[in-house]
Amino acid sequence: MAGSLRALRRRIRSTQSTKKIFSAQELIAGARIVRAQARVEASKPYAREITRVLSALASSASLDHPLLSERENPRRAAVLVITSDRGFAGSYNVNVLRRTEELLSLLRQEGKEPVLYVVGRKGESYYSFRDREMADTFTGFSEQPNYSDAQEVGRALIEAFTAGEDDADGGPGADGIQGVDELHIVFTEFRSLLAQVPVAKRMAPLEVEEVEEFDYEREDRERGVAADGGLQASYEFEPSAEGLLDALLPKYITTRIYAAMLEAAASESASRRRAMKSASDNAEELAKNLSRQANQARQAEITQEISEIVGGADALVTSNAGD
Amino acid sequence: MATLQVELVAVERKIWSGEATTVIARTTEGELGILAGHAPMLGQLADGGVVTIRTVEGEDLVVAAHGGFLSITEHGVSILAETAEISTEIDAERAREALRRAEGERDDPEAQAALRRAQSRLRAVGESV
Repeated sequence: MAGSLRALRRRIRSTQSTKKIFSAQELIAGARIVRAQARVEASKPYAREITRVLSALASSASLDHPLLSERENPRRAAVLVITSDRGFAGSYNVNVLRRTEELLSLLRQEGKEPVLYVVGRKGESYYSFRDREMADTFTGFSEQPNYSDAQEVGRALIEAFTAGEDDADGGPGADGIQGVDELHIVFTEFRSLLAQVPVAKRMAPLEVEEVEEFDYEREDRERGVAADGGLQASYEFEPSAEGLLDALLPKYITTRIYAAMLEAAASESASRRRAMKSASDNAEELAKNLSRQANQARQAEITQEISEIVGGADALVTSNAGD
Repeated sequence: MATLQVELVAVERKIWSGEATTVIARTTEGELGILAGHAPMLGQLADGGVVTIRTVEGEDLVVAAHGGFLSITEHGVSILAETAEISTEIDAERAREALRRAEGERDDPEAQAALRRAQSRLRAVGESV
């Protein structure tokens, strides 16, 4: 009896200390969401401006750029997956990986071979555990991505895309590097504190409609800000429009990767906070039940001791009376 | 006097926005001064260059902008940069240090980019490099 009481007490103590860890994690994640959201907001002016510039350029320049034109017979498609470095984030990674699997099987149905680029240790271990080949992995910044991280990822993707330009019949082309013909990205969109949705988007070849219908443009229109229409035809370019497009498009893609990473970081913290909140609630519940059981055990122990004493005293009384 | 609405945005945050009388920048083609009513233009900023914004108060705001674009519309001027720093925020000592380090490795493209970044920082604080 006494043994089970001790065991119960030990479990209560350990539950309470894990609960402390969970609630600390919850608080940290909560603070990180606020910061991540602020960074998403802070990156918007640049994204908006670069989209405007690109739309202006798109309407003036003849749109003949490898990043814009659809390739005949695309064979390989790069898929960039953004996952987290640490666990403890509920279903965050599972959801984004599931969305990726959907995209991969879709690409295979279309006869394209997917090539994986993975951000985050969780995604990396998911694919290496399953013995799936990854073209490149990037880890160590999932919670607080910097622009330089996005540049690193963007550089790798754009290089692969450029190398894929001359690929023919499943083999590497003149440059000897097997590249890719499409770029896709899968990340978790931060809709609100309660809803984070994994989404898959195509980054390249860019569709011009997509450029024009970029989220920020739509927001602008809804807010009643007129697009600088009409003027676009009379832009002057320094250097040429083609030269600008060359410089601008890789930066635009990097900006989109950066925006996706920031959204993913905010989503990660939001999922983590939710997961940690329910974990600490559960720990609390568990500790409550356990202490109820422990109290019962303690009560039973005392009752038993009393009845033993009373029984012993009775026996003494009877044996004394017998003398 | 007519003024320009200037927006200076870096990737990670908006750095400055306000009214200005003149903007002086260097594109890949050459030096460029912008007054109100300039023709619409898109330009790529030269690496290692600085942008000077003369505000309506008459102050000169010198900015080291790297990897940037300049867009002039009828509404104003926007300067987009991958990294941008206002001269008052620049640590000249660190920039000199970075310059020395980058000069050692002439062949590395990363070091070359760092070199140009350091140069534009130093130019922004008024040193000639």
